[in-house]
Amino acid sequence: MLSSAGHPFIFILPFIAIVIFWVMAKFEPKPVGVTQKSFFERNGVPVAIYLIVAVTFWSLFMIVLPQLFMVEMSFRPKLPQIEIGGPKDLYTFENYHYFIYGSTTISDAINWVHIKAFFLTIFASLLIAIFNLALCYPLAFYMAQVAPAARVRFFLLLLIAPYWVNEILRAFALRIMLSSNGLINKILIGSGVVDQPVDFIGNDIALYAGLGYAYMLLMIFSLYNTIETLDHAQIEAARDLGAPWWHIHTFIVIPFIKPGVASGCTLVFMLSAGSLAAPLVLSGPRSLWFTPIVYDRFNQAFNWPQGAAYALILLIACVTFVLFVLRLGRLSLGEIAK
Amino acid sequence: MNSKTVTNVMLAFYMAIFFGFLFGPLIVMGVSAFNTSTYPQVYPIEGFTLLWFEKLLNDRDMVYGLKNSLWIGMWVVVLSVPLGLAGAMMMSQIYSKARSFYYVIVVSPVLTPGVIIGISTVVFWGDLTTTTNSRFLYHGLFMTVLGQSSFISAYCMLMFMSRLNKFDRAQEEAGLDLGASQTQVFFHILLPFLRPAIFSSAVLAFLSSFENYNTTTFAILADKTLTTVLAGRVRQGTTPAISALAVLIIAVTVVGAIIYEIVKRREDRERQARLDAAHAAELRELESIEKATHHA
Repeated sequence: MLSSAGHPFIFILPFIAIVIFWVMAKFEPKPVGVTQKSFFERNGVPVAIYLIVAVTFWSLFMIVLPQLFMVEMSFRPKLPQIEIGGPKDLYTFENYHYFIYGSTTISDAINWVHIKAFFLTIFASLLIAIFNLALCYPLAFYMAQVAPAARVRFFLLLLIAPYWVNEILRAFALRIMLSSNGLINKILIGSGVVDQPVDFIGNDIALYAGLGYAYMLLMIFSLYNTIETLDHAQIEAARDLGAPWWHIHTFIVIPFIKPGVASGCTLVFMLSAGSLAAPLVLSGPRSLWFTPIVYDRFNQAFNWPQGAAYALILLIACVTFVLFVLRLGRLSLGEIAK
Repeated sequence: MNSKTVTNVMLAFYMAIFFGFLFGPLIVMGVSAFNTSTYPQVYPIEGFTLLWFEKLLNDRDMVYGLKNSLWIGMWVVVLSVPLGLAGAMMMSQIYSKARSFYYVIVVSPVLTPGVIIGISTVVFWGDLTTTTNSRFLYHGLFMTVLGQSSFISAYCMLMFMSRLNKFDRAQEEAGLDLGASQTQVFFHILLPFLRPAIFSSAVLAFLSSFENYNTTTFAILADKTLTTVLAGRVRQGTTPAISALAVLIIAVTVVGAIIYEIVKRREDRERQARLDAAHAAELRELESIEKATHHA
């Protein structure tokens, strides 16, 4: 199929969906005896027009259409400017073929570098999310259930303050700490623990620490917000009945805060997997992270269709992860995006 | 030693580690901005200097990027706050069978990696402006504003939704009964009610825009913002001038946070005063009714 035919079709797609919903709404049986105001009557004409224009522009021109165009582009071949729309401009899987085999046509070798980077990114992001959960849970619990109100306010301020600083600067701060002549290495050498500086950046410890550091706040807040809604009487009751502390956490707190855990983990996972700043600043020459590879498709290989395909692979992995977490916790999307 | 002291010691130890991890790097960076050593370090301190700040202010790219960042941030606020408000108001009114579909679409930018939002924005506007022959719209600043606003509007929407939940429809009915038009209700009842949410979402929108890197680095094309210049500098090598920039940003945000806190407290106080006044008036009225019934 000639891919130049694709654009008008994709452009119309969301409008067709809107029309279908509109027709469905029109033909829905109305409850008898209830006079419902129309959308325009209910909001007044100027506000109604503002709502329709704003929501249409936002959801179509800023969200849906850009994504659809990116998906479409990922199935196009890389062609010089003049041949675009010409007879060679056919839909193809070659960009995905490249991800797996490292070539657009030959299937002899496997593209281990990119595939390894992809799975490492997914796996490491997962570990970072779990590590963050373990690190943040005690503080979130302490703030939500134990600490007096004044101290909670103080802690919240302390927690938010570092996040006013730019993500790149935060990564840079970690880089200064962890570089081979940074403070940590000086302390380690000075105290005689090691005699050679540890290469935190080269072996990716700095990268993982940086990603964990960058998104800790989101985990704390997801957990804090749900733990706060747990009635303290439940914990008291369990304690009075003689439950040991770890029983209280495993059988009362954790089942109750499942939505908070799910949303914290999803946010940290997504942001780590899609992070570009931390890998750029904190990774060594041999580090593998998927987003910088996507970035290079655009800015070094100048191969946009391939970049779009790589971005889509990342997006699908992230969406799959979210759906998996939702299934696992029997939750709805609304509970995560709070 | 009883179990309570053990718990407290463990808690203190954990807090020390947690906040050490949180603030340690920032403190090290802050101190290194004033150290004469050309590599950003805290130990040994070779001498106190403000040279790195001077270097920073003479860095043309940084100053240029800063201007762009401020400009983009302003437009993101102008665009995202009304879009977020419209998105939130639409949520309760949209056709019920389309609602969950709509919700997934408008919340999805919050969960989509920023890199992908940047790429898709450039791809879409690149194609659209070529086919419609409006190539002037294929502009870094324009696309950055749109790309950033796609998810920042969703942040604003979530804030407006939680505020709208507290809105008492009776106020609207009262306005209508007294003869106001729907448009007047919107401007004189709903918007004043939403003012705190408008204020906080504007602040949030500006800050998210100002510090964004992932989306911006694609959408800005060949142009620069402060964060993209910064990323370039950090990749080239580590210099204390970057620490100096961090110190400036921290200083500005601390001042900003204090102002935000003061404004919020004052609003809270004013609201409390209004509530007290209303309460007092209600009491007086009750008293007078009571008196009247006594007399009768």
